[in-house]
Amino acid sequence: MIRGRAWKYGDNVNTDVLFPGKYTYTARGRDEIASHALEDLDPAFAANVCDGDVIVGGRNFGCGSSREQAATCLVYNGVGAVIAQSFARIFYRNAINNGLLAIVCPEAAQAIQQQEHVSIDLERRTIESASGRFEFPPLSVTVREILEAGGLVAQVKRRLASARTAS
Amino acid sequence: MNRQSPSQGSAGQAGRGSNSAQTFAQKALARAAGRERVEVGEVVDVRPDVVLSHDNTAAIREIWREFGQSQVVIPEKMAITLDHAVPAPTTRHAQNHAEIRRFVQEQGIRNFFEVGRGICHQVLSEEALALPGQTILGADSHTPHFGWLGAFGAGIGRSEVAALWATGELWLRVPESIRIELDSELPKGVTAKDLALRIIGDWGADGGLYASVEFSGSGVEAMSIDSRMALANMMAEFGAKSSYISPDGKTRSYLEAALERRAAREKKAGTAEDFSLRVAESQLFPDEAAAYAATYRYSAGKLEPTVSCPHTVDNVAPLSAVAGTVVQQAFIGTCTNGRLEDIAEAAEILQGRQIAAGTRLLVVPASSMVLQEAMQRGYIQALVAAGAAIGTPGCGPCMGNHMGVPATGEVTISSANRNFRGRMGTTEAEIYLASPAVVAASAVAGRIADPRDVVQEK
Ligand code: SF4
Repeated sequence: MIRGRAWKYGDNVNTDVLFPGKYTYTARGRDEIASHALEDLDPAFAANVCDGDVIVGGRNFGCGSSREQAATCLVYNGVGAVIAQSFARIFYRNAINNGLLAIVCPEAAQAIQQQEHVSIDLERRTIESASGRFEFPPLSVTVREILEAGGLVAQVKRRLASARTAS
Repeated sequence: MNRQSPSQGSAGQAGRGSNSAQTFAQKALARAAGRERVEVGEVVDVRPDVVLSHDNTAAIREIWREFGQSQVVIPEKMAITLDHAVPAPTTRHAQNHAEIRRFVQEQGIRNFFEVGRGICHQVLSEEALALPGQTILGADSHTPHFGWLGAFGAGIGRSEVAALWATGELWLRVPESIRIELDSELPKGVTAKDLALRIIGDWGADGGLYASVEFSGSGVEAMSIDSRMALANMMAEFGAKSSYISPDGKTRSYLEAALERRAAREKKAGTAEDFSLRVAESQLFPDEAAAYAATYRYSAGKLEPTVSCPHTVDNVAPLSAVAGTVVQQAFIGTCTNGRLEDIAEAAEILQGRQIAAGTRLLVVPASSMVLQEAMQRGYIQALVAAGAAIGTPGCGPCMGNHMGVPATGEVTISSANRNFRGRMGTTEAEIYLASPAVVAASAVAGRIADPRDVVQEK
């Protein structure tokens, strides 16, 4: 169960405002990456976000660059999930690969209000908030496996280890 | 500025194809997955032919180290360029490059391109490292660029590249395809960039989300290779996973010449026949009856110079609607429009003219090869005489790292692909996107201008 407040933004939230390009080859540590999250979109975010908080976006969330920090900067800030009307494909993969739940649910994305309390039940595939109760479609098998493994790196590590013991 | 209504586009019918006919994406991913055929929507494990990374390679190496391997499993498929912040603007950037060089040395990566060689997509194209029908996955969002040669190119994240280095394999969902037809040759003054901006403006920045975009029609056949690259490259801003233009005689001769250059440099034997056979054998074409999610038809005669206004790429307007906007900086370069044809257009406009007082023009060729040819043809001389500053081949100020970032409150007109708020380093700047000819004309006028007007004034 994921519980937190909603941070709501609009359509086409791009990777430059999620994590500015000027830091992309130099900022490496967790804290440094976390501190630049949403710097050019909502300067109050990084200082005030709490564990379990949920980002709510419109259409094409995460469009633009392939930079993975656009997703990891959210993970490092404790964000529990991102709900959007639709995701740009590389951002979606980056989120899942880092164990960040990305939910496509246009109704919830539209209805949920800024700073509203949101709870997400992944098993029952429901999102609840003062604005209503919403159901989201099942995740694909591939995506579920990566999330269950704890991200892509963990999944690959496990595969490599079992290949080693098998040979 | 409001989005233009999709006057030239018309949605076609979905699902007109028969079951057995396949799109390009199906054929390419079937090949990459070692399968007879694959279906749209299916998730398959693919083994790409080329895996690209750039200044982000050191960060990818850190992820890869978690796998505990001492050797990457696909050294011969890897291609690494230093291009995004070159020459290093700060010690930290230099440190990053130094780590990459060490990694390249230690792993014996042969396809490594140093500072000054150029932008990854351009360099890999010039080196013919990807051939038609092949799959190229890159830690860069503009990897759909390789659609120009009929290859399947898609952008991925850093962890995914690390996983590829360790296993050679990655999952991909077989995408739906959208077909875009251009009925005839673009009129003079209208470029592939204008067509791309028009498509994105008509259908939105997510109009091609997750899709493979296949171009066709005599208008695309008439395009130069440089223009095809600009068109395929811009599909990243349409949300597309990949793009595709059918390889033809022009594609094949470009690639054959590139293979020949490489063989000569590497002192490898090979005849022109070998090269042409390699290119011809690998190409893939979609079936006539393949099913498309949508078909959009554009008529070249109705297109006009188009500008993308701050702060989203789909916020397009006809050039005439924004002409007169004062600009402090004009920038020609990037993987979208930093090629020979682009610099030639700029040189033609700037020849014998001067850049307006209060405006500066930066020109950053996409590669060292572009720079060399532009020098041989006198373009660089004409640009410098007009007052332009020439930068080291690479990404330049495209993503706000260095080499021409704007001051707060300034307006830039750029031949790049993105005008997101903050893209060039500060949120307090405005970026307009246009073709290189419009950027050059604007540099002369000191305000957004139509090249046809500037040329007439002489
Ligand atoms: S030129 Fe710009 S868009 Fe192209 S690869 Fe470089 S930073 Fe990315």
